Amino acid sequence: MALHFELVTPEKLVRSGEVYQVVVPGTEGDFGVLAGHAPFMATVRDGELAVYADERSQPDMIRIEGGFAEVNEKGLTVLAEKAE
Amino acid sequence: MASLKALKGRIDSVKSTQKITKAMQMVAAAKLKRAQNAAEAGRPYAERLEKVVASLASKVTISSTTPKLLSGTGKDQVHLFVVATSDKGLAGAFNANIARLARRRADALIKQGKTVKFYCIGKKGRAVLNRLYPGQIVKSVEPGDLGKLSFADAHAWAEDLVERFDAGEFDVAHLFYSHFQSVLVQDPTQQQIIPVKVPEDATAPQGTAAIEYEPDEEGILADLLPRNVAVQIFRAMRENAASEQGSKMTAMDNATRNAGDLIKRLNIEYNRKRQAAITTELVEIISGAEAL
Repeated sequence: MALHFELVTPEKLVRSGEVYQVVVPGTEGDFGVLAGHAPFMATVRDGELAVYADERSQPDMIRIEGGFAEVNEKGLTVLAEKAE
Repeated sequence: MASLKALKGRIDSVKSTQKITKAMQMVAAAKLKRAQNAAEAGRPYAERLEKVVASLASKVTISSTTPKLLSGTGKDQVHLFVVATSDKGLAGAFNANIARLARRRADALIKQGKTVKFYCIGKKGRAVLNRLYPGQIVKSVEPGDLGKLSFADAHAWAEDLVERFDAGEFDVAHLFYSHFQSVLVQDPTQQQIIPVKVPEDATAPQGTAAIEYEPDEEGILADLLPRNVAVQIFRAMRENAASEQGSKMTAMDNATRNAGDLIKRLNIEYNRKRQAAITTELVEIISGAEAL
């Protein structure tokens, strides 16, 4: 089962697609999101988002600044002011 | 009566004007495409943020600790109008429409005894408002080329606004801009940005599972609300950029067509005059020959 992941900035939709796992730098600590994660909302600190395309692959690092993450039944959405 | 030479000169000058308006139209068309893409690219973010803020706001009960950006100051005496226009004209009624809407709303509020202040983005809006409401402009900024605005600019204005709000300079802020519907239709729009307006039908997100928050709802709100102001302004600027180019394109298209009509009319006049001159000359020659 794949996790639907979207990374959006005010300027554009940076990424949208199915991934295995995303590790988000939350204000109160990093957290990993897999498919089927419980509904969750958190603010994000400036840092790097690690996107794992599948179980074994190396993570894709995306630098983000300011924003928040929302997990709902549809997947994970990260709203950042700046990305990469 | 204009001489043939003067007519010829006029035709040439209208022709060169037409060339210019034609070129401006094509430039606007190219820029419109870009501005339109940018406006559309920015929509998902703004929409999602709006949704999240609305769902959060519907959950938080208003108390003294609620962020002021959400609950408001409890008054609505002083209104701040953030009027976003452009720095340059030659875009049809684009600037005039936004200014007119702002003026109408301002007059209505003033009639009710409220105070209205203005925060101008763009030279064109400032010119009108300064004449009608002298001394009511608290600040005006010049955005330059609307298409090249970055989120950082909008963010800086939003910060300034929030600071003024915290300092108690105003109670309610409205944003005026032109919503881009299509090349032909741009709606001047008013939107309340401070305090955040929660749509009436805002309900908690569907699904029975409780959402976990980190930090708590109010912590997230305190972080999101100022950002929301920036995002709304940024979106408005993007919409404005697209609207300005759309409006400019239409205006320049009309100008080009008008110039074409004018050229046609002048050409007819020119040809008639030339014909008349030739006829007169012929009559002179013939009558001269007969007299001999």
